[in-house]
Amino acid sequence: MSRTASLYHSTVGKKVLMAVTGLILFLFVIGHMLGNLKVFEGPESFNQYAEFLRTMGYPLIPRYGLIWVGRIFLLAAVGVHVYSAWQLWVRSRLARAEGYRKVKDLSFSYASRTMRWGGVLILLFVVYHILHLTTGQAHPDFVPGDVYRNFIVGFSNPLVVGFYVVAQVALGLHLYHGVWSMTQTLGASHPKYDRWRRSTSGALAIVVVVGFVIPPVAVLLGLLS
Amino acid sequence: MRLTLHVWRQAGRDDTGSFETYQADGISESMSFLDMLDLVNEELAQEGKEPIAFDHDCREGICGSCGVMIDGVPHGPKSMTTACQVHMRSFKDGDEIWVEPWRATSFPVIRDLVVDRSPFDRIIEAGGYISVRTGSVPDANTTPISKGAVETAMDAAVCIGCGACVAACPNASAMLFTASKVAHLALLPQGQPERYDRVLKMVDVHDEEGFGNCTNHGACEVACPKGISVDYIAQLNRDLVRATLSFRPEKGTAE
Repeated sequence: MSRTASLYHSTVGKKVLMAVTGLILFLFVIGHMLGNLKVFEGPESFNQYAEFLRTMGYPLIPRYGLIWVGRIFLLAAVGVHVYSAWQLWVRSRLARAEGYRKVKDLSFSYASRTMRWGGVLILLFVVYHILHLTTGQAHPDFVPGDVYRNFIVGFSNPLVVGFYVVAQVALGLHLYHGVWSMTQTLGASHPKYDRWRRSTSGALAIVVVVGFVIPPVAVLLGLLS
Repeated sequence: MRLTLHVWRQAGRDDTGSFETYQADGISESMSFLDMLDLVNEELAQEGKEPIAFDHDCREGICGSCGVMIDGVPHGPKSMTTACQVHMRSFKDGDEIWVEPWRATSFPVIRDLVVDRSPFDRIIEAGGYISVRTGSVPDANTTPISKGAVETAMDAAVCIGCGACVAACPNASAMLFTASKVAHLALLPQGQPERYDRVLKMVDVHDEEGFGNCTNHGACEVACPKGISVDYIAQLNRDLVRATLSFRPEKGTAE
Protein backbone atom coordinates (compact mmCIF):
# COMPACT_ATOMS: atom_id res chain seq x y z
CA MET A 1 0.00 0.00 0.00
CA SER A 2 1.34 3.43 -0.87
CA ARG A 3 2.18 5.68 2.02
CA THR A 4 -0.53 8.19 1.19
CA ALA A 5 -3.14 5.43 1.12
CA SER A 6 -1.86 4.04 4.38
CA LEU A 7 -2.06 7.51 5.93
CA TYR A 8 -5.68 7.78 4.83
CA HIS A 9 -6.49 4.40 6.35
CA SER A 10 -4.88 5.28 9.66
CA THR A 11 -6.75 7.09 12.40
CA VAL A 12 -4.19 9.87 12.23
CA GLY A 13 -4.81 10.29 8.49
CA LYS A 14 -8.52 10.77 9.05
CA LYS A 15 -7.72 13.33 11.68
CA VAL A 16 -5.41 15.09 9.23
CA LEU A 17 -8.36 15.29 6.83
CA MET A 18 -10.49 16.72 9.62
CA ALA A 19 -7.77 19.22 10.49
CA VAL A 20 -7.30 20.40 6.90
CA THR A 21 -11.04 20.69 6.18
CA GLY A 22 -11.47 22.28 9.60
CA LEU A 23 -8.86 24.88 8.71
CA ILE A 24 -10.66 25.65 5.42
CA LEU A 25 -13.98 26.07 7.25
CA PHE A 26 -12.33 28.13 9.98
CA LEU A 27 -10.87 30.54 7.42
CA PHE A 28 -14.29 30.80 5.77
CA VAL A 29 -15.89 31.55 9.13
CA ILE A 30 -13.38 34.38 9.74
CA GLY A 31 -14.11 35.84 6.30
CA HIS A 32 -17.86 35.51 6.81
CA MET A 33 -17.64 37.20 10.20
CA LEU A 34 -15.67 40.14 8.79
CA GLY A 35 -18.13 40.41 5.89
CA ASN A 36 -21.05 40.54 8.31
CA LEU A 37 -19.54 43.50 10.12
CA LYS A 38 -19.93 45.47 6.87
CA VAL A 39 -23.60 45.74 7.78
CA PHE A 40 -22.57 48.70 9.96
CA GLU A 41 -21.50 50.59 6.84
CA GLY A 42 -25.14 50.90 5.81
CA PRO A 43 -27.51 49.31 3.25
CA GLU A 44 -25.71 50.50 0.14
CA SER A 45 -22.26 49.28 1.14
CA PHE A 46 -23.58 45.96 2.49
CA ASN A 47 -25.64 45.19 -0.63
CA GLN A 48 -22.74 46.22 -2.81
CA TYR A 49 -20.50 43.78 -0.96
CA ALA A 50 -23.08 41.01 -1.49
CA GLU A 51 -23.24 41.88 -5.18
CA PHE A 52 -19.45 41.78 -5.34
CA LEU A 53 -19.47 38.23 -3.96
CA ARG A 54 -21.88 37.21 -6.74
CA THR A 55 -19.90 38.90 -9.49
CA MET A 56 -16.31 38.24 -8.44
CA GLY A 57 -14.10 37.99 -11.51
CA TYR A 58 -16.82 39.26 -13.89
CA PRO A 59 -16.66 39.57 -16.92
CA LEU A 60 -13.87 37.01 -17.15
CA ILE A 61 -15.95 34.64 -15.05
CA PRO A 62 -19.76 34.56 -15.37
CA ARG A 63 -22.00 35.92 -12.63
CA TYR A 64 -22.30 33.50 -9.69
CA GLY A 65 -19.26 31.66 -11.08
CA LEU A 66 -16.74 32.02 -8.30
CA ILE A 67 -19.33 31.99 -5.53
CA TRP A 68 -20.51 28.57 -6.72
CA VAL A 69 -16.94 27.31 -6.88
CA GLY A 70 -16.59 28.47 -3.29
CA ARG A 71 -19.88 26.89 -2.23
CA ILE A 72 -19.02 23.51 -3.75
CA PHE A 73 -15.56 23.67 -2.23
CA LEU A 74 -16.99 24.43 1.23
CA LEU A 75 -19.67 21.77 0.86
CA ALA A 76 -17.00 19.21 0.01
CA ALA A 77 -14.98 20.32 3.05
CA VAL A 78 -18.05 19.92 5.28
CA GLY A 79 -18.69 16.48 3.76
CA VAL A 80 -15.16 15.23 4.38
CA HIS A 81 -15.11 16.76 7.87
CA VAL A 82 -18.40 15.13 8.91
CA TYR A 83 -17.69 11.79 7.24
CA SER A 84 -14.27 11.46 8.89
CA ALA A 85 -15.78 12.42 12.25
CA TRP A 86 -18.40 9.73 11.77
CA GLN A 87 -15.82 7.07 10.88
CA LEU A 88 -13.68 7.95 13.90
CA TRP A 89 -16.70 8.02 16.20
CA VAL A 90 -17.70 4.51 15.11
CA ARG A 91 -14.14 3.37 15.71
CA SER A 92 -14.04 4.85 19.18
CA ARG A 93 -17.31 3.19 20.09
CA LEU A 94 -15.86 -0.18 19.08
CA ALA A 95 -12.63 0.53 20.96
CA ARG A 96 -14.53 0.66 24.24
CA ALA A 97 -17.41 -1.73 23.79
CA GLU A 98 -17.85 -2.13 27.55
CA GLY A 99 -17.79 1.06 29.60
CA TYR A 100 -17.07 1.87 33.21
CA ARG A 101 -19.53 1.70 36.07
CA LYS A 102 -17.99 4.83 37.51
CA VAL A 103 -15.75 7.15 35.54
CA LYS A 104 -14.53 10.68 35.96
CA ASP A 105 -13.99 12.70 32.81
CA LEU A 106 -10.43 13.96 32.93
CA SER A 107 -10.60 15.90 29.65
CA PHE A 108 -8.96 19.30 29.51
CA SER A 109 -12.16 21.16 28.66
CA TYR A 110 -15.92 21.13 28.30
CA ALA A 111 -15.35 22.04 24.65
CA SER A 112 -13.57 18.77 23.88
CA ARG A 113 -16.43 16.73 25.32
CA THR A 114 -19.02 18.51 23.19
CA MET A 115 -17.25 18.33 19.82
CA ARG A 116 -19.54 15.69 18.32
CA TRP A 117 -22.93 16.95 19.48
CA GLY A 118 -21.80 20.56 19.16
CA GLY A 119 -20.83 19.76 15.59
CA VAL A 120 -24.29 18.33 14.90
CA LEU A 121 -25.88 21.48 16.35
CA ILE A 122 -23.68 23.67 14.12
CA LEU A 123 -24.62 21.58 11.07
CA LEU A 124 -28.35 21.96 11.81
CA PHE A 125 -27.83 25.67 12.33
CA VAL A 126 -26.06 26.03 8.99
CA VAL A 127 -28.99 24.35 7.19
CA TYR A 128 -31.44 26.69 8.90
CA HIS A 129 -29.16 29.68 8.29
CA ILE A 130 -29.04 29.01 4.54
CA LEU A 131 -32.83 28.61 4.38
CA HIS A 132 -33.13 31.80 6.41
CA LEU A 133 -30.80 34.26 4.71
CA THR A 134 -29.61 32.69 1.43
CA THR A 135 -32.64 30.99 -0.10
CA GLY A 136 -35.31 32.63 2.07
CA GLN A 137 -37.68 29.71 2.77
CA ALA A 138 -37.29 30.18 6.52
CA HIS A 139 -37.51 33.99 6.26
CA PRO A 140 -40.78 35.87 6.96
CA ASP A 141 -40.32 38.46 4.19
CA PHE A 142 -37.44 37.59 1.86
CA VAL A 143 -36.47 39.97 -0.96
CA PRO A 144 -33.83 38.42 -3.26
CA GLY A 145 -30.87 40.75 -3.63
CA ASP A 146 -31.74 43.14 -0.80
CA VAL A 147 -29.37 41.53 1.66
CA TYR A 148 -29.42 44.41 4.14
CA ARG A 149 -33.22 44.41 4.42
CA ASN A 150 -33.34 40.59 4.75
CA PHE A 151 -30.76 40.86 7.50
CA ILE A 152 -32.69 43.50 9.49
CA VAL A 153 -36.07 41.78 9.09
CA GLY A 154 -34.60 38.34 9.77
CA PHE A 155 -33.01 39.38 13.05
CA SER A 156 -35.86 41.49 14.39
CA ASN A 157 -37.30 38.35 16.00
CA PRO A 158 -35.76 37.72 19.46
CA LEU A 159 -36.28 33.95 19.10
CA VAL A 160 -34.26 33.87 15.90
CA VAL A 161 -31.49 35.93 17.50
CA GLY A 162 -31.58 33.64 20.57
CA PHE A 163 -31.06 30.52 18.45
CA TYR A 164 -28.38 32.34 16.50
CA VAL A 165 -26.50 33.24 19.69
CA VAL A 166 -26.74 29.65 21.00
CA ALA A 167 -25.36 28.37 17.69
CA GLN A 168 -22.50 30.88 17.84
CA VAL A 169 -21.57 29.76 21.35
CA ALA A 170 -21.57 26.15 20.08
CA LEU A 171 -19.35 27.30 17.21
CA GLY A 172 -17.04 29.07 19.67
CA LEU A 173 -16.63 25.93 21.78
CA HIS A 174 -16.09 23.86 18.64
CA LEU A 175 -13.38 26.27 17.49
CA TYR A 176 -11.73 26.49 20.90
CA HIS A 177 -11.09 22.75 20.89
CA GLY A 178 -10.93 22.46 17.10
CA VAL A 179 -8.24 25.04 16.42
CA TRP A 180 -6.06 23.66 19.19
CA SER A 181 -6.71 20.13 17.93
CA MET A 182 -5.76 21.20 14.43
CA THR A 183 -2.32 22.35 15.57
CA GLN A 184 -2.01 19.08 17.48
CA THR A 185 -3.03 16.85 14.55
CA LEU A 186 -0.92 18.67 11.97
CA GLY A 187 1.99 18.60 14.39
CA ALA A 188 2.23 22.38 14.46
CA SER A 189 3.78 22.30 17.88
CA HIS A 190 6.96 23.82 19.16
CA PRO A 191 8.33 23.86 22.69
CA LYS A 192 8.68 27.63 22.50
CA TYR A 193 5.01 28.36 21.83
CA ASP A 194 3.25 25.20 23.02
CA ARG A 195 1.98 26.99 26.11
CA TRP A 196 0.31 29.62 23.87
CA ARG A 197 -1.49 27.16 21.59
CA ARG A 198 -4.52 26.71 23.80
CA SER A 199 -4.95 30.34 24.78
CA THR A 200 -4.56 31.44 21.16
CA SER A 201 -7.31 29.11 19.98
CA GLY A 202 -9.48 30.37 22.85
CA ALA A 203 -8.87 33.98 21.83
CA LEU A 204 -9.68 33.22 18.17
CA ALA A 205 -12.89 31.48 19.22
CA ILE A 206 -13.95 34.49 21.29
CA VAL A 207 -13.20 36.89 18.42
CA VAL A 208 -15.35 34.81 16.05
CA VAL A 209 -18.28 34.51 18.47
CA VAL A 210 -18.25 38.21 19.38
CA GLY A 211 -17.88 39.23 15.73
CA PHE A 212 -20.88 37.13 14.71
CA VAL A 213 -23.10 38.05 17.65
CA ILE A 214 -22.66 41.84 17.44
CA PRO A 215 -24.69 42.54 14.23
CA PRO A 216 -27.89 40.56 15.11
CA VAL A 217 -27.87 41.92 18.66
CA ALA A 218 -27.44 45.42 17.25
CA VAL A 219 -30.58 44.83 15.13
CA LEU A 220 -32.49 43.62 18.18
CA LEU A 221 -31.39 46.66 20.23
CA GLY A 222 -32.52 48.96 17.41
CA LEU A 223 -29.01 50.18 16.62
CA LEU A 224 -29.47 49.00 13.02
CA SER A 225 -32.65 49.45 11.05
CA MET B 1 -10.44 3.04 58.85
CA ARG B 2 -13.35 1.19 57.35
CA LEU B 3 -14.17 1.21 53.65
CA THR B 4 -16.77 -0.24 51.34
CA LEU B 5 -15.28 -1.64 48.14
CA HIS B 6 -17.15 -2.46 44.96
CA VAL B 7 -14.74 -4.66 43.04
CA TRP B 8 -15.13 -6.08 39.53
CA ARG B 9 -14.94 -9.89 39.72
CA GLN B 10 -14.58 -11.94 36.60
CA ALA B 11 -13.46 -15.57 36.68
CA GLY B 12 -11.96 -15.61 33.21
CA ARG B 13 -11.94 -14.12 29.72
CA ASP B 14 -15.29 -15.62 28.80
CA ASP B 15 -17.02 -14.95 32.11
CA THR B 16 -19.48 -12.03 32.09
CA GLY B 17 -18.30 -10.68 35.45
CA SER B 18 -20.02 -8.45 37.99
CA PHE B 19 -19.34 -6.18 40.94
CA GLU B 20 -18.93 -7.67 44.41
CA THR B 21 -19.11 -5.56 47.54
CA TYR B 22 -16.57 -6.03 50.34
CA GLN B 23 -16.12 -4.35 53.70
CA ALA B 24 -12.48 -3.52 54.36
CA ASP B 25 -11.89 -3.08 58.07
CA GLY B 26 -8.84 -2.00 60.03
CA ILE B 27 -7.23 -0.18 57.14
CA SER B 28 -4.27 1.96 58.15
CA GLU B 29 -3.81 5.22 56.31
CA SER B 30 -0.15 4.41 55.66
CA MET B 31 -1.06 1.30 53.67
CA SER B 32 -0.82 1.58 49.91
CA PHE B 33 -3.92 0.84 47.85
CA LEU B 34 -2.43 -2.54 46.91
CA ASP B 35 -1.60 -3.32 50.57
CA MET B 36 -5.26 -2.68 51.29
CA LEU B 37 -6.27 -5.13 48.54
CA ASP B 38 -3.78 -7.66 49.99
CA LEU B 39 -5.52 -7.37 53.35
CA VAL B 40 -8.94 -7.90 51.77
CA ASN B 41 -7.50 -10.90 49.92
CA GLU B 42 -6.16 -12.43 53.14
CA GLU B 43 -9.64 -12.29 54.61
CA LEU B 44 -11.13 -13.76 51.44
CA ALA B 45 -8.58 -16.58 51.55
CA GLN B 46 -9.40 -17.29 55.19
CA GLU B 47 -13.06 -17.53 54.27
CA GLY B 48 -12.08 -19.97 51.55
CA LYS B 49 -13.03 -17.53 48.77
CA GLU B 50 -11.08 -16.71 45.64
CA PRO B 51 -8.86 -13.64 46.23
CA ILE B 52 -9.12 -10.59 43.95
CA ALA B 53 -6.62 -10.88 41.10
CA PHE B 54 -4.68 -7.72 40.25
CA ASP B 55 -1.39 -7.00 38.51
CA HIS B 56 1.55 -5.72 40.54
CA ASP B 57 5.28 -6.10 40.69
CA CYS B 58 7.73 -3.48 41.93
CA ARG B 59 5.29 -1.55 44.12
CA GLU B 60 7.48 1.50 43.85
CA GLY B 61 5.89 3.16 40.83
CA ILE B 62 8.37 2.25 38.14
CA CYS B 63 7.39 -1.09 36.61
CA GLY B 64 4.00 -0.28 35.08
CA SER B 65 2.40 -3.54 36.19
CA CYS B 66 -0.25 -2.18 38.50
CA GLY B 67 -3.13 -0.04 37.46
CA VAL B 68 -6.83 -0.16 38.07
CA MET B 69 -9.65 2.35 37.89
CA ILE B 70 -10.10 3.62 41.44
CA ASP B 71 -13.35 5.55 41.75
CA GLY B 72 -13.40 6.36 38.06
CA VAL B 73 -9.79 7.56 37.82
CA PRO B 74 -6.90 5.46 36.52
CA HIS B 75 -4.47 4.79 39.40
CA GLY B 76 -6.74 6.64 41.79
CA PRO B 77 -7.10 10.16 43.12
CA LYS B 78 -3.46 11.20 43.39
CA SER B 79 -2.00 12.78 40.28
CA MET B 80 1.25 11.47 38.81
CA THR B 81 1.13 8.44 41.09
CA THR B 82 0.66 4.76 40.31
CA ALA B 83 -1.91 2.71 42.21
CA CYS B 84 0.82 1.05 44.28
CA GLN B 85 2.01 4.45 45.48
CA VAL B 86 -1.44 5.78 46.35
CA HIS B 87 -1.77 5.55 50.10
CA MET B 88 -4.95 5.12 52.00
CA ARG B 89 -4.56 8.56 53.53
CA SER B 90 -5.97 9.76 50.21
CA PHE B 91 -9.32 8.28 51.33
CA LYS B 92 -11.60 8.94 54.27
CA ASP B 93 -13.09 6.55 56.77
CA GLY B 94 -16.42 5.29 55.49
CA ASP B 95 -15.59 5.94 51.81
CA GLU B 96 -17.22 3.84 49.15
CA ILE B 97 -14.71 2.97 46.41
CA TRP B 98 -15.35 1.48 42.98
CA VAL B 99 -12.49 -0.65 41.67
CA GLU B 100 -12.60 -1.61 37.99
CA PRO B 101 -10.18 -2.98 35.42
CA TRP B 102 -9.01 -0.86 32.45
CA ARG B 103 -11.82 -0.90 29.90
CA ALA B 104 -10.82 -1.18 26.27
CA THR B 105 -11.77 -3.71 23.63
CA SER B 106 -8.03 -4.11 22.95
CA PHE B 107 -7.40 -4.86 26.64
CA PRO B 108 -9.65 -7.86 27.36
CA VAL B 109 -10.07 -8.75 31.02
CA ILE B 110 -8.15 -11.91 31.87
CA ARG B 111 -9.36 -12.14 35.44
CA ASP B 112 -10.92 -9.64 37.89
CA LEU B 113 -8.74 -6.52 37.61
CA VAL B 114 -6.10 -8.02 35.33
CA VAL B 115 -6.26 -7.08 31.66
CA ASP B 116 -4.25 -8.32 28.69
CA ARG B 117 -1.93 -5.47 27.73
CA SER B 118 -0.02 -7.43 25.10
CA PRO B 119 -1.17 -5.01 22.34
CA PHE B 120 1.42 -2.61 23.83
CA ASP B 121 4.12 -5.23 23.30
CA ARG B 122 3.09 -5.59 19.68
CA ILE B 123 3.23 -1.81 19.16
CA ILE B 124 6.78 -1.85 20.56
CA GLU B 125 7.73 -4.84 18.39
CA ALA B 126 6.61 -2.88 15.34
CA GLY B 127 9.28 -0.23 15.80
CA GLY B 128 9.96 0.80 19.37
CA TYR B 129 13.62 -0.10 19.15
CA ILE B 130 16.83 0.97 17.44
CA SER B 131 19.08 -1.27 15.39
CA VAL B 132 22.66 -1.11 16.60
CA ARG B 133 25.71 -3.21 16.05
CA THR B 134 26.45 -5.60 18.86
CA GLY B 135 29.87 -5.92 20.30
CA SER B 136 31.97 -3.81 22.59
CA VAL B 137 30.43 -0.94 24.50
CA PRO B 138 30.93 2.34 22.60
CA ASP B 139 33.14 4.94 24.22
CA ALA B 140 31.36 7.52 26.32
CA ASN B 141 30.38 10.74 24.53
CA THR B 142 31.02 9.38 21.04
CA THR B 143 27.56 10.59 20.10
CA PRO B 144 27.07 14.13 21.40
CA ILE B 145 23.49 14.91 22.44
CA SER B 146 22.35 18.31 23.63
CA LYS B 147 21.03 18.69 27.14
CA GLY B 148 17.65 19.87 25.83
CA ALA B 149 17.23 16.83 23.57
CA VAL B 150 18.15 14.49 26.41
CA GLU B 151 15.65 16.08 28.77
CA THR B 152 12.84 16.16 26.21
CA ALA B 153 13.50 12.57 25.15
CA MET B 154 13.63 11.46 28.78
CA ASP B 155 10.31 13.17 29.57
CA ALA B 156 8.78 10.85 26.95
CA ALA B 157 10.86 7.80 27.83
CA VAL B 158 9.55 7.79 31.41
CA CYS B 159 6.49 5.94 30.07
CA ILE B 160 6.11 2.72 32.05
CA GLY B 161 3.48 1.25 29.71
CA CYS B 162 0.82 0.86 32.39
CA GLY B 163 -2.10 1.61 30.08
CA ALA B 164 -3.66 4.41 32.15
CA CYS B 165 -3.77 6.60 29.01
CA VAL B 166 -5.97 4.04 27.25
CA ALA B 167 -8.11 3.62 30.35
CA ALA B 168 -8.70 7.36 30.70
CA CYS B 169 -9.21 8.12 27.01
CA PRO B 170 -12.88 8.55 26.06
CA ASN B 171 -11.93 6.87 22.76
CA ALA B 172 -9.75 4.14 24.32
CA SER B 173 -6.86 5.40 22.22
CA ALA B 174 -3.28 4.40 22.94
CA MET B 175 -1.83 7.47 21.25
CA LEU B 176 -0.03 8.80 24.32
CA PHE B 177 1.73 5.48 24.81
CA THR B 178 2.62 5.19 21.11
CA ALA B 179 3.67 8.85 20.95
CA SER B 180 5.96 8.60 23.95
CA LYS B 181 7.68 5.58 22.42
CA VAL B 182 7.96 7.21 18.99
CA ALA B 183 9.06 10.58 20.36
CA HIS B 184 11.83 9.57 22.71
CA LEU B 185 13.62 7.72 19.91
CA ALA B 186 12.90 10.46 17.36
CA LEU B 187 14.58 13.00 19.63
CA LEU B 188 17.85 11.09 19.95
CA PRO B 189 20.54 10.56 17.29
CA GLN B 190 20.38 6.78 17.73
CA GLY B 191 16.73 6.85 16.69
CA GLN B 192 17.22 8.73 13.42
CA PRO B 193 17.91 5.93 10.90
CA GLU B 194 14.54 4.26 11.51
CA ARG B 195 12.66 7.40 12.56
CA TYR B 196 10.09 7.61 9.76
CA ASP B 197 9.62 3.88 9.25
CA ARG B 198 9.13 3.54 12.97
CA VAL B 199 6.27 6.01 13.22
CA LEU B 200 4.47 4.48 10.23
CA LYS B 201 4.72 0.95 11.57
CA MET B 202 3.87 1.76 15.17
CA VAL B 203 0.77 3.77 14.25
CA ASP B 204 -0.22 0.99 11.87
CA VAL B 205 -0.11 -1.61 14.65
CA HIS B 206 -1.82 0.80 17.08
CA ASP B 207 -4.75 0.95 14.66
CA GLU B 208 -4.71 -2.77 13.87
CA GLU B 209 -4.94 -3.57 17.56
CA GLY B 210 -8.29 -1.78 17.62
CA PHE B 211 -7.46 1.23 19.79
CA GLY B 212 -9.59 4.30 19.19
CA ASN B 213 -8.44 7.56 17.64
CA CYS B 214 -7.06 10.47 19.60
CA THR B 215 -9.45 13.42 19.76
CA ASN B 216 -7.08 15.53 21.85
CA HIS B 217 -9.17 15.45 25.01
CA GLY B 218 -6.03 15.37 27.11
CA ALA B 219 -7.47 12.93 29.67
CA CYS B 220 -4.42 10.69 29.08
CA GLU B 221 -2.00 13.40 30.17
CA VAL B 222 -3.99 13.97 33.37
CA ALA B 223 -4.19 10.22 34.09
CA CYS B 224 -0.56 9.42 33.20
CA PRO B 225 1.34 8.53 36.39
CA LYS B 226 4.45 9.92 34.74
CA GLY B 227 2.79 13.13 33.52
CA ILE B 228 3.70 12.66 29.85
CA SER B 229 2.50 15.61 27.80
CA VAL B 230 0.14 15.33 24.82
CA ASP B 231 2.63 17.57 23.01
CA TYR B 232 4.41 14.31 22.14
CA ILE B 233 1.28 13.25 20.23
CA ALA B 234 1.68 16.38 18.12
CA GLN B 235 5.25 15.30 17.42
CA LEU B 236 4.08 11.81 16.41
CA ASN B 237 1.50 13.36 14.06
CA ARG B 238 4.12 15.64 12.52
CA ASP B 239 6.52 12.75 11.93
CA LEU B 240 3.74 10.61 10.46
CA VAL B 241 2.67 13.32 8.02
CA ARG B 242 6.30 13.93 7.07
CA ALA B 243 6.91 10.22 6.60
CA THR B 244 3.94 10.08 4.27
CA LEU B 245 4.24 13.23 2.23
CA SER B 246 7.95 13.58 1.64
CA PHE B 247 10.23 11.14 -0.09
CA ARG B 248 12.75 9.56 2.20
CA PRO B 249 14.80 6.62 1.06
CA GLU B 250 14.32 3.63 3.30
CA LYS B 251 17.11 3.73 5.82
CA GLY B 252 15.98 1.14 8.29
CA THR B 253 17.26 -2.37 8.35
CA ALA B 254 13.78 -3.86 8.43
CA GLU B 255 11.02 -3.36 5.89
